[in-house]
Amino acid sequence: MARKIRVLVAKPGLDGHDRGARVIARALRDAGMEVIYTGLHQTPEQIVEAAIQEDVDVVGLSILSGAHMTLIPRVTQLLRENGADDIIVIGGGTIPEDDIRALKEGGWVKELFTPGTPLEAIAEWIQSNVKV
Amino acid sequence: MNNLVEKMLQGDRRSAAKLITLIENDAPEKRDVLKQIYPHTGRAHVVGITGSPGAGKSSLVDELTREIRGEDLKVGVIAVDPTSPFSGGALLGDRIRMQEHATDRGVFIRSMGTRGSLGGLAEATRDAIRVLDAFGCDVILVETVGVGQSELDIMHHADTTLVVLTPQAGDHIQTIKAGIMEIADIFVINKADLEGTRKMVTDIEAMLDLSPLVNGWRPPVVTTIAIDHRGIPELWATIKKHRAWRKGNKGETNRERVRRELTEIIQRQLAHLISRNLDRHYEHLVEKVAARQLDPYSAAMDIIRQSWKGGLTQ
Repeated sequence: MARKIRVLVAKPGLDGHDRGARVIARALRDAGMEVIYTGLHQTPEQIVEAAIQEDVDVVGLSILSGAHMTLIPRVTQLLRENGADDIIVIGGGTIPEDDIRALKEGGWVKELFTPGTPLEAIAEWIQSNVKV
Repeated sequence: MNNLVEKMLQGDRRSAAKLITLIENDAPEKRDVLKQIYPHTGRAHVVGITGSPGAGKSSLVDELTREIRGEDLKVGVIAVDPTSPFSGGALLGDRIRMQEHATDRGVFIRSMGTRGSLGGLAEATRDAIRVLDAFGCDVILVETVGVGQSELDIMHHADTTLVVLTPQAGDHIQTIKAGIMEIADIFVINKADLEGTRKMVTDIEAMLDLSPLVNGWRPPVVTTIAIDHRGIPELWATIKKHRAWRKGNKGETNRERVRRELTEIIQRQLAHLISRNLDRHYEHLVEKVAARQLDPYSAAMDIIRQSWKGGLTQ
């Protein structure tokens, strides 16, 4: 059986808007990936532990609360502490350009997708960045 | 790879997860992995949780996990969801109800897509159970996809099978007497605060009155309200009762399972060899059958006779 790309779609923090996350999850499923969705209000610790147990290739964080500068680095940090920094971290949400630059340059996230990104573009990005 | 097995046996979560992936992907190392972990398996009690979509299987697994953790036992969870036959992708959402246990080091949860299997589990589920068994889980809860009536694979892998129903199933129960209703070691009526619970219990008991007992075990009917943890301690106590009862009858079931698994593995290997040989060596017979010079049964017997002598041995 062929290897399948596994992606964890997670919503860290306190905002309750998971429509975007669910739309992404669905799009990645339709692109042939196995998507693990963990629901709302996840702590970085829960997300990292789920990523390890599910042995995912990618963690996708959906954040609309404005807390991205705290939550994204925290997830990446915990992955490193658990020796799981080969798992790619990406994110999506309403994130200002300056923050995007800071997060990417700081090595906290591999890519960030803002509202309006075509769903196929996200699936294609994952397919070309995961070593199969 | 050796390293992964060793680290997993020492309790490394990441290695356990990676071994399950290897098995799921049917990687070349799979056989070696299983050879190494097999001696470390057979210790865990495997509980299957099956039932129709929306019956509350994930919530039950979540609450059972909480109950079992109260005894300080290590819990493994394998939750299976369907793979899309069109895209090959899957949306695995059972974890949503279980995430509270994510950071508990005594719990290991793994989601699996069916990847084309039709029996309510994935082909790799049996061997994933073995990884968690070797990993040291005392109890392994296996949640099937939401099933209809005939996805019964779980009965071959679980030591105790729970069939989860809801009161609304109502008269429906009449229609599902066969198949899934026959594989229960324990019936669970979940959402028991809903109307119709009593009737449901009576219906099942009436059905059981007419069913022959298997080795003297009559499946108990337990009512639960999973989201309130109501009935969960009783359910866990009933599972333990079944586990104790089963210990006395384990031998024959285990041998049956080994026979079944060996048959499956041999069939798979043979099917693979046969299809390869058909392409390579028996094209002339294919031609003959296609031209109506030979019937398919005679051609098949020919191939079996010739192959068995050596062609199929490698």
